[in-house]
Amino acid sequence: MMDEILIQALSGLSRGMVLFVVASGLTLIFGTMRIANFAHGSFYMLAAFLTYSVATMVGDRTWGFLAALCLAPPIVAGVGALIEWGLLKRIATRPHQYQLILTYAITLIVADGIKMLWGSDYRTVARPAGLDGAITILDMPFPTYNAMLILVGVLIAVGLHLLLTRTRFGKTIRAAVADGEMIGALGVNVQRLFTGVFALGAGLAGLGGVLAAPVGSVSLGIDSSIIIESFAVIIIGGVGNVMGALIGAVLIGVVHAVGILFVPKLAIAFVFIALCAVLLIRPQGLLGRNT
Amino acid sequence: MLTCEAINTFYGPAHVLFDVDVKVGEGDMVCLIGRNGVGKSTCLKSIMGIAPVTTGQIRLDGTEISALPPYRIARAGIGYVPEDRRVFADLTVEENLEVAERHDGPWNRKAVYELFPALQEFRARRGGLLSGGQQQMLTIARTLVGNPRLLLIDEPTEGLSPLVVRTLEDMIRGLKAKGQTMLLAAQDLRFSLSVADVIYVLDRGRVAYCGDRAQASADIERIRPILSV
Ligand SMILES: Nc1ncnc2c1ncn2[C@@H]1O[C@H](COP(=O)(O)OP(=O)(O)OP(=O)(O)O)[C@@H](O)[C@H]1O
Ligand SMILES: [Mg+2]
Repeated sequence: MMDEILIQALSGLSRGMVLFVVASGLTLIFGTMRIANFAHGSFYMLAAFLTYSVATMVGDRTWGFLAALCLAPPIVAGVGALIEWGLLKRIATRPHQYQLILTYAITLIVADGIKMLWGSDYRTVARPAGLDGAITILDMPFPTYNAMLILVGVLIAVGLHLLLTRTRFGKTIRAAVADGEMIGALGVNVQRLFTGVFALGAGLAGLGGVLAAPVGSVSLGIDSSIIIESFAVIIIGGVGNVMGALIGAVLIGVVHAVGILFVPKLAIAFVFIALCAVLLIRPQGLLGRNT
Repeated sequence: MLTCEAINTFYGPAHVLFDVDVKVGEGDMVCLIGRNGVGKSTCLKSIMGIAPVTTGQIRLDGTEISALPPYRIARAGIGYVPEDRRVFADLTVEENLEVAERHDGPWNRKAVYELFPALQEFRARRGGLLSGGQQQMLTIARTLVGNPRLLLIDEPTEGLSPLVVRTLEDMIRGLKAKGQTMLLAAQDLRFSLSVADVIYVLDRGRVAYCGDRAQASADIERIRPILSV
């Protein structure tokens, strides 16, 4: 029984890692620009469909997946930069609800666009060769692909940590999270920084979409399920805090997966019970700061 | 170097600055004094573009800057030290300096560490964990590493212990001796009278008095009532 729980927890961890990759982008955008970007789930969904198309075009499942991994996140980052520069920037000085409405409108536009281009069928993406089997943990099989997801999640976490603590761009982002007006008065072009952060965040959502494509489904509607969970993650972890997003995502992934084992019908409820518990005990999130 | 002509600034419907004229000459130390809430901070924020003016002109070396965003004004050569310190609490002392550093003048991290040895000692500590005095030193240092030609400082000694106040006042005198052009907002007449080349007294958003140090010392009986009403 313990073994079963452990394997289930590992599987939850791998799902949590995908969630982390997506939510890290959302928390960076929310933290720096104070925009609750509903369109974040659309970037994820767009990348999943792009993965399907690239993989189909390339043919070979290994090269197809690798090509999608190289192409889809930058494409989605570019789309994000265009949206920020072309739309969000224009209404930056308006009250927040306008930005909410705009990002929500973008989710509708992207969803309909995807429906027009790809249709509303369910798509599947094959796992690359070598990652389609299982490894043995505690005498139990565990999908190799999910093990790879855990590894990639850790690598992204380390990469983002280094970006935020070792590069001037990253340090400037953290300064903007703390006080955007002040960093502007110190000579930083905050508008351009925002475009960069938005592109980075969109690219992370895109990376999540590519990684999830071979395990989840590629279908309309995955945008809204991921965005709800992503918001839960950043509320748990603390807005603007990437390491908080890691903890939040792992917590949600594991609670959900282990919950299914005991009370299948309430698995999703556990996630929101965890969310409410955090909100009651630490309203600013586990690693968030009082503002 | 800086000329503000008839600037008017609003916060929403609230009219805060009324036709304010302020001039700062190259190498000058200008003090802007006045009671609580007369608009000293607003005046500095207007120059910095953070509280943009509605009408009037602000020229830096002859170039109109009042319509520029704050980052362009900073790059044009104006440095701003806000009244509420606003260090980046999550960043270390070193990182606070690094994000503001611009290598086009004498100031860099090494030079400000010499100016404030306390900062060097705590360079790996998070800004939010410093004492009030250290935070004030950090905000000044952070602005200096941007190598501003004109330094705006808002009430740097507010709420600090007498010892720290002395240190900061000496530091400001040191900057003046090095030829740094400064516009300093203060409530404290004593310090202003001891260092300023020119003193402006604000009252309810208007310039109520303006004169050089010698004049101001002579007119002290005229200035006192404006500050104490
Ligand atoms: N963001 C704001 N919105 C609305 N009104 C403001 C704002 N900031 C300042 N004010 C008002 O503008 C007036 C001038 O404020 P300002 O901060 O410039 O004064 P000050 O001379 O710097 O005062 P202090 O000595 O307290 O720092 C005050 O009446 C204040 O209430
Ligand atoms: Mg003030």
